Amino acid sequence: MRSSWQALLLLVAGLLAAQGASADNMKLLHSERSLYREVLVYETGDVRCICFTRFCRIGRQTCQDVKHPDRIVMNYPQMMLSSLFVKPEPKSVLIIGLGGGTIPRALHELAPEARIDVVEIDPAVVKVARRYFDLGDNSALNVIEADGRVQVKRALREQRSYDLIMLDAFDHEYIPEHLLTQEFLQEVKALLAPGGVLAANTFSSSRLYDHESTTYASVFPEFFNLKKENRVIIAANGPLPNADQLRANSQRFEKAFNSFGISANKLLPLFSRKQDWERGARILTDQYSPANLLNLGKN
Amino acid sequence: MQLILSYLIAGWSGFFVMAVELLGGRLLAPTFGSSIYVWGAIITVFMLALSIGYLAGGRLSMNAPSVRKLGLILIVAALTVLPLLLFAVPLLDAVANAIPDPRFGSLVGATVLFFIPTVFSGMISPYAVRLIVPDRSSSGRHAGQLYFVSTFGSAAGTLLTSFYLVLLMEVNHILLALMAISGVIGAAACLVRGEANAQ
Repeated sequence: MRSSWQALLLLVAGLLAAQGASADNMKLLHSERSLYREVLVYETGDVRCICFTRFCRIGRQTCQDVKHPDRIVMNYPQMMLSSLFVKPEPKSVLIIGLGGGTIPRALHELAPEARIDVVEIDPAVVKVARRYFDLGDNSALNVIEADGRVQVKRALREQRSYDLIMLDAFDHEYIPEHLLTQEFLQEVKALLAPGGVLAANTFSSSRLYDHESTTYASVFPEFFNLKKENRVIIAANGPLPNADQLRANSQRFEKAFNSFGISANKLLPLFSRKQDWERGARILTDQYSPANLLNLGKN
Repeated sequence: MQLILSYLIAGWSGFFVMAVELLGGRLLAPTFGSSIYVWGAIITVFMLALSIGYLAGGRLSMNAPSVRKLGLILIVAALTVLPLLLFAVPLLDAVANAIPDPRFGSLVGATVLFFIPTVFSGMISPYAVRLIVPDRSSSGRHAGQLYFVSTFGSAAGTLLTSFYLVLLMEVNHILLALMAISGVIGAAACLVRGEANAQ
């Protein structure tokens, strides 16, 4: 049902595009079929995007302004980076999900002394990020090709810990269900240093929103809930800062964020602690994790 | 009665195997992820175990076959799933500790968890063929009917588990329900009245 609607939408979009004399002017730079999906790189004008669906039909993963690679053109990386307002000087960072590498690159600028480990499951994405999104050979970024959860367990066994963990492994199409369970979040919390912070970029809508919320709340009693097109959850292994501390921390980054084209002031009002979900929603566990089924029929 | 039970057991066993296989993916995901190679490892183990089960079931059918024994195999197959419920997480953690490569880790993990129950499930079909075939001339038709029932059961088990059951229940509760149904059908076969030996 859903796919036939998508096909119809695509047809309509195609007709409109043809009429609009392809004002879009989308250029395909690279495409390859990886172990997991199709990895495509498109350029429209000066904006270059990595997509996992043809013509970036559903969701762009990462986009970069080719003339100003430092500018951050999408909303969600800005929201993810605002986790620095909660943990201003991370010494060690773990990022799950590389995409085009926007977040690790910006983080390296914002916290130059931090050691940054990035876990990416798909070797093709790593290759594309290096070639088209000048991840280059940034030696400060340690890229590990592995499943996020497998790597978290491995890091726990090696008794490592991180000041900041960023979870950016979901997209509109598919949620790796073993990365959205109570047990996984407990493992992540155990991997956080005292006072460490988790920032998660999620795509829940409809029913899944409630389940995701109660699952996070079962491990992190309080968290910041930032909502725009995406939802970013920022939780801590310890108490959350109050509004004054948050504002003071954001001011430290005002100038640095400006250089990325981000306004720290505009991000601050997004920090909400309101629990706007159904409290009785069943918690997702390794035993019960139908995240994608719950996310069907989204608005 | 014997005929109906033989078909029922074959169909249910098909359902059971595929439901356990899909839930196996669920059980392995937290430790090894859910990449294509994890699924490859699971399917390999199931296919290998089934192939050996076919051999064993065919061999066993040479020796005084009865629908009671068929029911007994179904019960044993269900009971050997019990360790999954009790020890899956510590077992898989131990395997992941010993074998860091998730490909071979998941292969060994899937073998430890699923090989034995699937061998018993594989014994069902050839054994049931022996019970339902009355003579040589119709053996192909009867075998075809049995494959139909068994594979149709597999299709139903795959669809119901992946579309609906995981949305309703926890993995272990689904496994318990599957075992209970196997127990009921197996018991019915064991209690079948009169001389149950095949012709």
